[in-house]
Amino acid sequence: MVSGSNFHRLPEPEHKGLTMTFDGRTIEARGGDSVAAALIAAGVTETRTTPVSGAARGPYCMMGVCFECLMEIDGVQNVQGCMVQVREGMSVRSMAGARTVSDAGNTHGG
Amino acid sequence: MADPVPLLIMGAGPAGLAAAQEAVAAGVGALLLDEQPTGGGQIYRALGEASGERQKTLGADYAAGAPLLGVLSDQGLDHQPGATVWEVTPEGSVYYTREGQARAVSAEQLILCSGALERPMPFPGWTLPGVMTCGAAQILLKGAGVFPARGAVLAGSGPLLLLLAKQLIGAGARLVAVVDTTPADNYRAALMHLPKALRTPGYLLKGLSMIRTLSASGVPWYRGASGLEAIGDDAVAALRFKVRGRQHEVVCGNLFLHQGVVPNVQLSRSLGLEHRWDELQRCWRPSLDDWGASDLERVAVAGDGAGIMGARAAEAHGRLAALGALKRLGVLSENERDRRAAGPRGVYRREILPRPFLDRLYQPHPDYLHPADDTIVCRCEEVTAGQIRKYVELGCLGPNQAKAFGRSGMGPCQGRVCGLSVSEIIAQARGVPLEEVGYYRIRPPIKPVTLGELATLEQPEDA
Amino acid sequence: MARPSYDVIVVGAGLHGLSCALNLAREGLKVVALDKDHPGRHASGVNAGGVRRLGRHEAELPLSVAALEIWHRIEQEVGDSCGFVACDQIKVAENLSEAEALQARVQRLRQLGYDHEQWIDEDELKRRVPAVAGHCVGALLCAGDGSANPFRTVMAFRRAALSAGVEIRENCPVQALRAAGSGWRVDTPDGPVDGGAVVNCAGAWGNNIARALGEPVPVTAAALMLMITERLAPFLSPVLGAAGRTLSFKQFDNGTLLIGGGHRGTAQPECNRSRVRFAGLRISAQTVGALFPQLADVRVVRSWAGLEGMMPDHIPVIGPSGRAEGVYHAFGFCGHGFQLAPITGRIMADLLVRGQSSLPIEAFRIQRFAGIADTAAVDTPEQRISA
Repeated sequence: MVSGSNFHRLPEPEHKGLTMTFDGRTIEARGGDSVAAALIAAGVTETRTTPVSGAARGPYCMMGVCFECLMEIDGVQNVQGCMVQVREGMSVRSMAGARTVSDAGNTHGG
Repeated sequence: MADPVPLLIMGAGPAGLAAAQEAVAAGVGALLLDEQPTGGGQIYRALGEASGERQKTLGADYAAGAPLLGVLSDQGLDHQPGATVWEVTPEGSVYYTREGQARAVSAEQLILCSGALERPMPFPGWTLPGVMTCGAAQILLKGAGVFPARGAVLAGSGPLLLLLAKQLIGAGARLVAVVDTTPADNYRAALMHLPKALRTPGYLLKGLSMIRTLSASGVPWYRGASGLEAIGDDAVAALRFKVRGRQHEVVCGNLFLHQGVVPNVQLSRSLGLEHRWDELQRCWRPSLDDWGASDLERVAVAGDGAGIMGARAAEAHGRLAALGALKRLGVLSENERDRRAAGPRGVYRREILPRPFLDRLYQPHPDYLHPADDTIVCRCEEVTAGQIRKYVELGCLGPNQAKAFGRSGMGPCQGRVCGLSVSEIIAQARGVPLEEVGYYRIRPPIKPVTLGELATLEQPEDA
Repeated sequence: MARPSYDVIVVGAGLHGLSCALNLAREGLKVVALDKDHPGRHASGVNAGGVRRLGRHEAELPLSVAALEIWHRIEQEVGDSCGFVACDQIKVAENLSEAEALQARVQRLRQLGYDHEQWIDEDELKRRVPAVAGHCVGALLCAGDGSANPFRTVMAFRRAALSAGVEIRENCPVQALRAAGSGWRVDTPDGPVDGGAVVNCAGAWGNNIARALGEPVPVTAAALMLMITERLAPFLSPVLGAAGRTLSFKQFDNGTLLIGGGHRGTAQPECNRSRVRFAGLRISAQTVGALFPQLADVRVVRSWAGLEGMMPDHIPVIGPSGRAEGVYHAFGFCGHGFQLAPITGRIMADLLVRGQSSLPIEAFRIQRFAGIADTAAVDTPEQRISA
């Protein structure tokens, strides 16, 4: 669920602006942001549903410990968004349940 | 396999950086592996790139880490950021993935500086999107200069709660409330440790300053809160809690939790090091000597990963661990080691003086050690406290057996978040001391590694 | 106070020991099972759970076929489904030469009177396993084979044994074994235990008793390794192996993949320890990659190794002692004993109660090692057994 963001940025003009997409929506980010940080700054709270029950989850610890922030980043599934830095044009998608596996002949998962 | 490196340090927080400094000063080539893109660990995260604005908001203690970062550009140190270690063997082989390539390296001496992680704080609704840790809020500030300007509630207990409140207020946030769960009894019980703590007055003075800032801010500050419940459908919308029998509810867009930090023992446990239960800190700690050396001759542990000690003590402890390793390498004589260690030893002893006071004051509320039945404790596999108690009824004796009844501890986080909770619940249900119940057996890979990375692992040990 | 005496002492309460104890108790015998650790601690609890007739050594075929019949009614047998799923087992051929070898095997088995293994062509293989790599040319299919949950199976056999009146003593190593009167006496830290007969189901430690009786056996302890991945959406139904590679590959209901294959870690049976070696797991990962390249980004979240008893000719020791009246052996199942466990107990009941096995077990006799040097002593100070 995306709402107007509760988060602000400290006034720091020297950081480079970047754009990425999340589930097709354009997100403004800054150089040095992790993917998870950029999403939180943009007001995103839910970034996946669990494979066990389909419950909504979002980033929790931001330091690679909890594995809640699993996302699909540039086609690779189940990547921890807090451990990857935003690059210009990055395409991020939320994970819906368990990662998918494609049939033979397609070397990208799902 | 290539020749072993003399010294391999895992973790570039204060302990790891200080250890690296000692190695460089002794002319010993050290390899420093760290999973973050830049050095500093969590406490000094992104300090190297921090703008003046960020440093001002985070405060003097954050900026004070700057001198440690200098070693990262020293030619004598091989710093490899973005390196995720996933296996360490007692023989000194370390496996890690960096830039998508899995590698193995061997070392004669290893120092684990894995630091700390947040103690779990399970209560109904804690898994809702929008609920994060206070540590996460600090990482947002440090790593991205991002802070919750409105709608934030801080809940829990511990110095980090107050520090974060001060930092957020300073950044201009309008906090909805601070809900402090520190039990009233803790204040009385902690008093006996106060005289010792006053010998290093700096900590307490800082604490008073945080309290002053919060009191003056007008932010509602509830103390002695219990019965927390986060409410919301697909995201947190409110927090319910009780103070002195009265029910409260505060609307919030984000909730930041804290119940103290505990040593990150995944690597030390995976190595099979002996760990003891620390009743005061309520956590597991590896058994170490005065030099941080473990029962494995090659392996030392330094910093918060050895026991929660704070950044300054961690730095001193890192120096001691490195000096011990340098002596074992034959690079320093015993006398020279002791000479160089005198200063750090004094700093370490002084900086840990306030610990018993802080540990007792901020011992977690029983609500979070023994949560209600319907509370999820294993977030990855959605196992509840009630389910764990049911396993005990069916004869489960400990967390490893619990894995045969259900999937707690078998998800991606490998027990990092639920480990302490599951052990506490089983100990209480069985009516035995926690030390007897034990902890998850940690098996490699310590961090997940892909099949593709494994398939192209470079330089494995004897093939 | 009179010390109770048992009809049978079973040494080792892993899955085979429990199966023997259960079947003997159901014949009306008074049985005690002694385990130096606890049921499921070693091979029984940490294997891949494969329930297969597929690919069996010819000597094991009659046992395996009989065992599978029990697996298909395992809930009646031990009161629990054991997580058994008859999802079929498949062994893939990656080239024509492997295909020919597998087809020859099907012929050989037909000659012996078995038709459980069938050859399926490339189209049929890809219909059943759409995710498998394009170069695969066909496979052996064993319909009705499948997999089960090892730990759950051990617990079920244990419960059933207890219900049948078996006494199970855990943390109770056998320290000495000697003839006493018309039966046997074993020494344990809790005192001596007397029994009319002894069944040696001590797995990787089976030689401790065998050599004490003067019939040493070259069983070695191997730490066979397994890996498990994160959860994946369902994509693989049967259990998969490959003709030219060591692999056992299956997807659980919860979506995780179990990757086994018999690569060895470091075994330290004298202190109950085993460690994985990533050099071997690298090979397993390469094997998976060859058959399922689209899984390259899938994450392994845990690996482990369990101690198995391995025999040089790849089949276990089953049968009466060649040296001692009233002692029987069933150990050394070489990493493929799980499926056979239900039948081991039947065989042991036949041997002890009726004097002979109704299934052919000649190939497994301990005497086949007569004259071989005693190379594989796996004992600790407490466990040095003397007859």
